[in-house]
Amino acid sequence: MNVIEFNKLTKYYGKVKGCKDIDFNVKEGEIFGFIGPNGAGKSTTIRSMLSLIYPTSGSVNIFGKDAIKYGPEVRKDIGYLPSEIFYYDKMKVIDLLKYSASFYDIDCTDKIHELSKIMELDLNRKIEDLSYGNKKKVGIVQGLLHSPKLIILDEPTSGLDPLMQQKFFNLILAENKKGATVLFSSHILSEVQQLCNRVAIIKDGEILSIKDIKSIKNDNYKRFTFRGKSLNNGKFNIDGVTKLKEREDKVSFLFKGDVNKIVKIISGLKLTDVTIEEPTLEEIFMHYYE
Amino acid sequence: MNVYKFELKRLKKSILVWGLSVPGFLLFYLAFFPAMTSSGDAFSDLMQSMDPKFLAAFGIIPELPIGEILGYFNLTIGLILVPLAIQASNYGFHILSVEERELTADFLFTKPISRTKIIVSKFLSALTSLIIVDLILTAFTVIALTAFKGDEVVELKNVLILLLSVPFFQLTFMSIGMVISVSVKKVSSVLSYSMALAFGTYVVSSFGSILSSDAIKYITPFSHFDSAYVLINGHWHWGLIWISFTIMIVSLIASYFLYLKRNIASL
Repeated sequence: MNVIEFNKLTKYYGKVKGCKDIDFNVKEGEIFGFIGPNGAGKSTTIRSMLSLIYPTSGSVNIFGKDAIKYGPEVRKDIGYLPSEIFYYDKMKVIDLLKYSASFYDIDCTDKIHELSKIMELDLNRKIEDLSYGNKKKVGIVQGLLHSPKLIILDEPTSGLDPLMQQKFFNLILAENKKGATVLFSSHILSEVQQLCNRVAIIKDGEILSIKDIKSIKNDNYKRFTFRGKSLNNGKFNIDGVTKLKEREDKVSFLFKGDVNKIVKIISGLKLTDVTIEEPTLEEIFMHYYE
Repeated sequence: MNVYKFELKRLKKSILVWGLSVPGFLLFYLAFFPAMTSSGDAFSDLMQSMDPKFLAAFGIIPELPIGEILGYFNLTIGLILVPLAIQASNYGFHILSVEERELTADFLFTKPISRTKIIVSKFLSALTSLIIVDLILTAFTVIALTAFKGDEVVELKNVLILLLSVPFFQLTFMSIGMVISVSVKKVSSVLSYSMALAFGTYVVSSFGSILSSDAIKYITPFSHFDSAYVLINGHWHWGLIWISFTIMIVSLIASYFLYLKRNIASL
């Protein structure tokens, strides 16, 4: 069963394109990644699912119902964590969470305490006194306190330290095991890889492709940079190497394949510095679509 | 209901400030009345020496001599209407725009609640606040008039008819504020908008009184809710007040539909 169905969803802000012809489905129980650089249209797409903005044309169905027409009903089972968190500053955390819970027909008290304990959130502090990361935790708890069937996360990890990030991911995975579908928007490929089953890649407001995460993992690109002496000898011009740039003292390239081959080549070289890093999303995009 | 309660709670401080300061000012001002009348005819001589047109700008007219408590009250309520207009405009500009300005729209609008319910709840909470302040004002007025009237016999009926129009006067300003706030992209400073609206219309109505111009009276709610007219005639100025009512209804309906269709911008 499809939890989310986009039907050629298009949004223009005046003449500026927000997103165009978004058309894909998210199945029940999936953790679906939504990646693209900043300004690609991720937030626009997500905001039209929540009736924060209205599409110019096309539509989106959630739980089989039009997300605009049946907005309030559909949103009963959606938990949303926005990318930037702002709450009524003068309130205590617990009061905000209680207010949030008052919109749902169920008693959320236990869940509030359970989630806050996991996220190490102090319920009695005022929101305005919280750090950015702690505000983010408030966002996480208010998004999950009603045990939603669909969790929408818009760049959720910014501001969380790695430990909290891991706890948050575990939380999401646990909710997913209990049956929740997750739409996870991010510009960081590694976190999408860690969680998601499938991923849609969006750029300039349009979906470029939808990939199984396994296939992205197989396309395991790495960016290599070596510094040393007399490196411009063509030794790195082997299968799987692209974007090769050679200079006397520096060589850099993208590589996909068995890294031992590279190790073999460099074993015979005198190097002063080595970096091996994840390529940026932009670079990955280039590889899919060049 | 939860949104209404929540919004009302957020306005608590505002109700307290307005509800004490405005009626307090009225009480304070009326307290000077006994001292003024005891100074005998000197004061009324002074008034008579002034240009009636100049006095009219401050709401002092021959039918309501300032030496009598109702004339003095008319002057006071004329001044009090300005802060009341500011309060109402403040709510009007504030209640719908605040969620976007403080970026809390992403919280509220993604909850399982329709925009209609949000607008109605917010509107009713602001209206409640206005009515609470008006009730305090009414109580203070009755107390002050009774306490300071001296030997005069005061017919309170006309005063109450006048005070009954105050919530509608405020509602007019609030609805104008609301429709402006949903027509512009962003209300960056509520106070500057509401000061401009309240003082602007007040100044226009003062000019109308100086020039005795009927045309000007049509465009400002201060003239539609002319306190002297009600105190003299014992009923609202229906020939003008319908204009305010029309503005109010049109503004409220327009606000509703504009807000329903509004795209909530992200950062």
